[in-house]
Amino acid sequence: MANTFRRLISSRSTAVLLASLGAGTMATGFLLSENGSLAAEMKKKLYPPSSDFPDLRKHNNCMASALTPAIYARLRDKLTPNNWTLDQCIQTGVDNPGHPFIKTVGCVAGDEESYEVFADLFDPVIKDRHNGYDPKTMTHPTDLDASKLTNGMFDDNYVLSSRVRTGRSIRGLSLPPACSRAERREVERVVVMALAGLKDDLSGRYYSLGEMTEKEQQQLIDDHFLFDKPVSPLLTCAFMARDWPDARGIWHNNEKTFLIWVNEEDHTRVISMEKGGNMKRVFERFCRGLKQVEHLIQERGWEFMWNERLGYVLTCPSNLGTGLRAGVHVRLPNLSKDPRFSKILDNLRLQKRGTGGVDTAATGDTFDISNNDRLGKSEVELVQLLVDGVHYLIDCEKKLEKGQDIKVPAPVTQFKK
Amino acid sequence: MPFGNTHNKLKLNYPAEEEYPDLSQHNNHMAKVLTPEMYAKLRDKETSSGFTLDDVIQTGVDNPGHPFIMTVGCVAGDEETYEVFKDLLDPVIEDRHGGYKPSDKHKTDLNPENLKGGDDLDPKYVLSSRVRTGRSIRGFCLPPHCSRGERRAIENLSIESLDALEGDLKGKYYALKNMLEEEQQQLIDDHFLFDKPVSPLLLASGMARDWPDGRGIWHNDNKTFLVWVNEEDHLRVISMQTGGNMREVFNRFCTGLAKIEALFKERSHEFMWNEHLGYVLTCPSNLGTGLRAGVHVKLPNLSKHDKFGKILKNLRLQKRGTGGVDTAAVGGVFDISNADRLGFSEVELVQMVVDGVKLLVDMEKRLEGGDSIDDLMPEQKQ
Repeated sequence: MANTFRRLISSRSTAVLLASLGAGTMATGFLLSENGSLAAEMKKKLYPPSSDFPDLRKHNNCMASALTPAIYARLRDKLTPNNWTLDQCIQTGVDNPGHPFIKTVGCVAGDEESYEVFADLFDPVIKDRHNGYDPKTMTHPTDLDASKLTNGMFDDNYVLSSRVRTGRSIRGLSLPPACSRAERREVERVVVMALAGLKDDLSGRYYSLGEMTEKEQQQLIDDHFLFDKPVSPLLTCAFMARDWPDARGIWHNNEKTFLIWVNEEDHTRVISMEKGGNMKRVFERFCRGLKQVEHLIQERGWEFMWNERLGYVLTCPSNLGTGLRAGVHVRLPNLSKDPRFSKILDNLRLQKRGTGGVDTAATGDTFDISNNDRLGKSEVELVQLLVDGVHYLIDCEKKLEKGQDIKVPAPVTQFKK
Repeated sequence: MPFGNTHNKLKLNYPAEEEYPDLSQHNNHMAKVLTPEMYAKLRDKETSSGFTLDDVIQTGVDNPGHPFIMTVGCVAGDEETYEVFKDLLDPVIEDRHGGYKPSDKHKTDLNPENLKGGDDLDPKYVLSSRVRTGRSIRGFCLPPHCSRGERRAIENLSIESLDALEGDLKGKYYALKNMLEEEQQQLIDDHFLFDKPVSPLLLASGMARDWPDGRGIWHNDNKTFLVWVNEEDHLRVISMQTGGNMREVFNRFCTGLAKIEALFKERSHEFMWNEHLGYVLTCPSNLGTGLRAGVHVKLPNLSKHDKFGKILKNLRLQKRGTGGVDTAAVGGVFDISNADRLGFSEVELVQMVVDGVKLLVDMEKRLEGGDSIDDLMPEQKQ
């Protein structure tokens, strides 16, 4: 199918160079002209989607499992209203083949509309990552009524600290992979202005990453609050670290129990935490703080990205729905050595991490235990699951201490039908 | 890659001051030149392939630089970048290339006959000789911006052309993604293998996307002529051998380049080149000749002399460790090469290296014998 003609127009401003290659390679050319759109059209014809389809043979991530040449061909030339493309969504998954044991997501959203325009890719990815949740047919329940939580106090002899985190995106502004500097600065302005309106136990202050003093920086490090420029290629390949540290910062209340990260992986990450086992109070503060922040941005005409299918919309599909990770640092010296530990966690829909966070190893016998799920169950449901699960784990620990036997619990049900 | 490209029209909704990067901590050529006014003037422009000002400068925004090393801080996404964004790139080029003006013309001379001498550098001191340059294929976007389809087309074109080389240039292509373990080890042992860039200067410009798709190494059977495909530039071409016969290295370099150029032309492609900028490459620092001619040379005595730096400067040479740029010298062995790229021809630059290294070795021999080198001090070359 190779053409065999060549035409060269020698004028400097319009030069057409069409060339052909031997059999098996494709014709290529480039229209150099003042008219940008013509060049783009030319390029689309000369490079069909098949020539651009990524080589995913060595890849093990949700994007690679879902993206077929047919889907790519359908979506490659589409744009979201913010001009974000499929190639930009999947770049991180192409650049990071994944790990044989950990299945990463491999795609990100550039804006709220990414999840619609590229639904042919994102829907199967969401299904894969969120245990069969089907955005086409299911709805996600949101429930931030902390009063519904029961039994939310843990034995301080076992639970060293309690924490709940989530993320929120500001509707109308592009997400961290796509945002321009002006948009990112706008996110910072909107959020910081709203946070300045928080009062009483929630009143606090903002520390801009670029402007903080040495002393402030050291204090934030000592408090374990400071986040740094991402080094993980999963994030840097998704363009999230551009222009660092412009418009990034940390806000926390004076009591250091309510913390907000601005413009890290998401527009905002919201964290409520304290030492000890009072998850009830942590969750109550979490819900109250979130509602107040939402109210304060609404006063100025902004709102969070949210819809019925996907719940709260965040950059990474893995955080859709509630974006909620509720967890404790808990001592389980005996249970952690029991061969049934993993199965028990699985059935309770919990996961363990080291106390340094994701991908760290546990030191001593203290584990970070948190909920697995994000989408398809409400905030109250997930925190209740965590609470019931941790009580069960502590119970097992106490039994083993006394030399009694423990039982593996029946698996918790998936989605409410 | 278009981080900024497809987004460009949207950014225009915000005033230029809102989009202008914070360059207060920065020390690179781009940051020195890019004023808010210049940003406002250029930010709505795009090349035909959609490369924007923000694409050009992203690497310089993300890498403030080093207090001692002045990095460039901008890259081209296609040949047209140097035209559309000349208001930014001309002063960057002038600053980086010793006052090279927008009206200056660059002379290309790849006739190895024009080199005088160069075949008698003392191999007791000069351990190896090497010449490298880069070439871009006209009509394709450059590594920061090219799509996978384009990158593969460049690779296919390169393989076809290189496969047609004959005689002492006959060789083989090793695609990075298909390489066998033994092949990989051999290439590492030969010091030929290039790896995925780790430098944030390169990563921030988008050059490492889709690694290792479309990347590979070609070398001749004699292992004296080597081509890197789709690393920092479309092609990096390297001629090298042990010992001090720079003349032979340069000869092979010119012959090889001419043959490759002819083979591409047979396939209706040419290299990016113009009268003003010479060979067009991704980084403005490599414009002109893109040429670095260098030797690994033993200078244990001379390197301790307090005028070593000044001597090199006057000779228009630079030193590096034998691990390449930013490494330290080991055992008194230095990598000495030309400092310039643009405004001098290939022959002129290699001549500077040949003459300069000859002098350095003479100085080393004098110092070995306990004699002074005052009468050998060179004047500043222009």
